[in-house]
Amino acid sequence: MSEITVDLAGKPVREVNRLLHAPLNGVTTVNVLNPDGAHNIAVGVNEAVKVEIHGNAGYYAGGMNKFADIVIHGSAGTGVGENMMSGSIRVKGFASNAAGASAHGGLLVIEGDAGLRCAVSLKGADIVVDGNVGSFSAFMAQAGRLVVCGDAGDALGDSLYEAVLYVKGKIKSLGADAQEEPMTEADFTGLAELLAKAGLKHDPKSFKRIASARSLYHWNADADQEY
Amino acid sequence: MCGIVGLLVKKPELRPQLGSLMVPMLIGMTERGPDSAGLAVFGTPVHEAHRKINLYSGMTEAGADFNWHGLAHSIRDEFGTVAEIVTSGNHAILTVGSAPAPIKHWIHEHHPKLHILSTGRSMDLYKDIGTPTEVSDRYDFSHLQGTHLVGHTRMATESAVTPDRAHPFTAGEDFCLVHNGSLSNPNGIRRMLEPRGIHFDTDNDTEAACRFLEWRLREGDSLENALQKGFDELDGFFTFLMGTKDELALIRDPFACKPAVVAETDDYVAIASEFRSLAHLPDIKNAHVFEPAPEEMYVWRT
Repeated sequence: MSEITVDLAGKPVREVNRLLHAPLNGVTTVNVLNPDGAHNIAVGVNEAVKVEIHGNAGYYAGGMNKFADIVIHGSAGTGVGENMMSGSIRVKGFASNAAGASAHGGLLVIEGDAGLRCAVSLKGADIVVDGNVGSFSAFMAQAGRLVVCGDAGDALGDSLYEAVLYVKGKIKSLGADAQEEPMTEADFTGLAELLAKAGLKHDPKSFKRIASARSLYHWNADADQEY
Repeated sequence: MCGIVGLLVKKPELRPQLGSLMVPMLIGMTERGPDSAGLAVFGTPVHEAHRKINLYSGMTEAGADFNWHGLAHSIRDEFGTVAEIVTSGNHAILTVGSAPAPIKHWIHEHHPKLHILSTGRSMDLYKDIGTPTEVSDRYDFSHLQGTHLVGHTRMATESAVTPDRAHPFTAGEDFCLVHNGSLSNPNGIRRMLEPRGIHFDTDNDTEAACRFLEWRLREGDSLENALQKGFDELDGFFTFLMGTKDELALIRDPFACKPAVVAETDDYVAIASEFRSLAHLPDIKNAHVFEPAPEEMYVWRT
């Protein structure tokens, strides 16, 4: 049980990533000071380790994460948790565009707002946003869940596959083939568990369920055949 | 890719530090824009009847050895006006006491390779090829003073790497624009503006946006109305940061394809493409940091 601190002031991000990629020999927590918006902090971690980033992270923080529990005590740049496989990432501030893009597993919690294209092409991870999400969120999301406790922008869930979205606030517009569906008991139970895991207090009964109407799954040869 | 930075200081005692606060911001955007850099700085306006013409000699044969004082002498003789010149290698600020248009025409006729960077009472403009560090050192950016400035680091994707295609672009007086992104209809904008007598210096897409917005302002639009027409007419990806004599303005395209982040304290408003250019500003830990929303106008006044 030991803790290491890496101060990135004036140092390349490799200082922390090399450490995280080498055998950790009992290190359980890695603190990162002065991240100062550097890109790729704690990408590709493959160990159950805690990473505490004290400040604002740049692009792709925690990308490809496996097993690690990463907390960003600040905001995150584009693509936080991109292609995450497992573990968790918590962003205390806001997250920029494409948060959790293509993430396969694990839990991404954003306590502030998320930018555009949050959960784009989601492949199985759970993403919980306590604030709002920008336009085109969950575009082509294939599996997993996106929970939005605030409002959603334009074209939410455009061309959705089998991912499910839960939204508490207003939805500016739904994308093609996304539809509101009634919440089932399984939805309420699953959502309550997910909100508890994310440490957020919201009533599951106040959420709407958005999923694919599946009308784009099959080629409709009769559509627009006017000639 | 390109990098954008902007800084507006809210307290008069910070004006002498404007340049030194900004240089690390510009250098912080080197990875986004290593091929050219530039900035426009706004300070105390010169006398109402005077104009500052910023000139660049890097494309003349003499380059940094250009005979600036000879130029000022010729203009005094030709136009019978005061013509003071402050030089810094291949850059000069010529302050004249008569209408700038005939003087600029004369410069263009007699020194066709001398590039006219800007005209105005408040604004000076510097831009050149080289890394942000090289360009900052070349013109001693850290000693610049003023109320606000707009800077840019360029990674060219759309037109050649030359000093005149670096940003900021300018049109009219005391107006400049920097751009991260690419426009898809710059030629359509040119075809609309050229018959109205608006002249273009380069084939660069950003110049089309700059001249379009300045045209709207000159036609009497408020900055907000001009920017709304910009949203209607300009197609493509953009984060634009603009400077006028007393404002900084920022807009992003509806898809927010190009980044921007803002940090605001009681002392300053700082804008950059990425947080890494803001990380070293004083008291940044207590600043209000936010990401400007797409298709919204942000205007800060001095």
